[in-house]
Amino acid sequence: MNILNILAEIEKVDPEVYERLDQRRQVFKHFAGFGKKLAASTVPLAMGAMFKKAYAQSSGLSQQVIEVLNFALTLEYLEYYFYDMGVKTRNLFVQADLAAITIIRDDELKHVNFLKAVLGANAIAPLMASDFDYTGSKGGKRAPLIPEVFRYRQNFLALAQAFEDTGVRAYKGGAPLLMDNNTVLEAALNIHSVEARHASHIRTMRRGGTQANGLPKSWITGTDGGGPLPSVTAPVYGPGMPADTYPSEANIMQAGINLTSIPNVTADQASEAFDEPLDVATVLAIASNFLVK
Amino acid sequence: MHNATEAKGPSEELKKPLERRDFLRYTGLGLAVGGLALAGCNDVMEDVSKTQSASDAHLTGLVNVGSGDAGILNYAYALEQLEAAFYAQVLMGKYYNGTSAPQRVALRDIEAHERIHREFFKMAITAAGAPIIKDLEVDFSSIDFSTKMGVLSVAKAFEDVGVAAYNGAGKLIQTPAYLTIAGKIVSVEARHAAIIRDFLEYNTFVGPDVVDQSNGLEKSMTPAQVVAIANNYLKEGSKLYVGDLPTE
Repeated sequence: MNILNILAEIEKVDPEVYERLDQRRQVFKHFAGFGKKLAASTVPLAMGAMFKKAYAQSSGLSQQVIEVLNFALTLEYLEYYFYDMGVKTRNLFVQADLAAITIIRDDELKHVNFLKAVLGANAIAPLMASDFDYTGSKGGKRAPLIPEVFRYRQNFLALAQAFEDTGVRAYKGGAPLLMDNNTVLEAALNIHSVEARHASHIRTMRRGGTQANGLPKSWITGTDGGGPLPSVTAPVYGPGMPADTYPSEANIMQAGINLTSIPNVTADQASEAFDEPLDVATVLAIASNFLVK
Repeated sequence: MHNATEAKGPSEELKKPLERRDFLRYTGLGLAVGGLALAGCNDVMEDVSKTQSASDAHLTGLVNVGSGDAGILNYAYALEQLEAAFYAQVLMGKYYNGTSAPQRVALRDIEAHERIHREFFKMAITAAGAPIIKDLEVDFSSIDFSTKMGVLSVAKAFEDVGVAAYNGAGKLIQTPAYLTIAGKIVSVEARHAAIIRDFLEYNTFVGPDVVDQSNGLEKSMTPAQVVAIANNYLKEGSKLYVGDLPTE
């Protein structure tokens, strides 16, 4: 750990870091200059205590980071209550399915609790199961999009796949908005890849397990035919806004390079090799189908 | 090994981040997401100034991935080279030819994905005008390509380490467009990892070895941790040095 690098990094996102740490700015800079000479074991402890104190008054999170994390928290609530209801529905799953859905349910709850802890007082008011309607009827205000979602395994897993693939795209779209906070960015990436593992497994379940061949693959081919329920899930695999920045999952152009120009690469393979980010507004439009309000 | 940064002293060190911050502000998020053409110019300049330290690594036969964003891209390129070479050999091996159709389909797809990642980085780094590492020579003499454990346990290790590597490198990236690229790839690696793990043992797609069970977050690995593993599969003269990459 290099004390100068830490301060320099923090100064990038918080130009007043020295003032926060010590009003006597010059004195502190003097201390920083001697950081390397302090015993390696004592420096991290001293630094940790100083940062905790310096950021105790304000959360240390920028407004943009707070908004992105609350957006992520909403999606985690959406996933958690969905899986929780599935786990608690009798006869929806055989044992191996139930084990997997329980694992995923527990992960989503941990994500909810993690994000709540990071946000602290800045977290949105907790969402309840009653805030969601997974049939998509918005509490009976319109015809359901997926009737009997908790009665048929295939319906449940279809929506699960849509939620996981949406979550992966949402975190990917959010990552660049978190670049001013390395700790939060890394945590978001660490959730992002877990959602991708969930998505892969749900797709394997829908395929009929590891002994079965066919669709869906564990990765996204083109726009996956609009997903498991095209009339409902097509936006999960489609373009965001603007489409130049958030192309559909069928995208084969990366950083100006056409991937099919690589020898022996098909458009399907090129689209599978890269997942695509999605913007907040498009994700919220997808998610709002399952919010009562 | 000492690099130019340490020799500059505190005042230079404190000045640098200000310049970087301004650079990021003026390039703007929306613009930078558009493509690699708007790469971090400061980092390219730093790469040029750090070539002296790279020569130290070359003396000891290591491949220095470099510093700054260009170094991160080369680090990713190195890992993709390793993965692509592995799956290319899997497809020529006895296990692949004898295993179930679902596994063959998955392994064939994954081979294509990793080959695409490798070629993408090669073209993108070249197009950005950044220094690029050589084609690495792999050493898979420790791998048994004829058995399920031989193939899938190493595939699992490569995919899990790949995910952890991208997760750990994300915060080291300065240019938003590069972070987005890394994000587009890491989730595909995670999809690979999950199915490979399920092939080995069903329902281990988020095992405690890769996901912290206390908070549901996947564990990151630093470049140093990653190359300590990756170098076991690279020949002398192709082993990686990541000491010039940013660490915070």
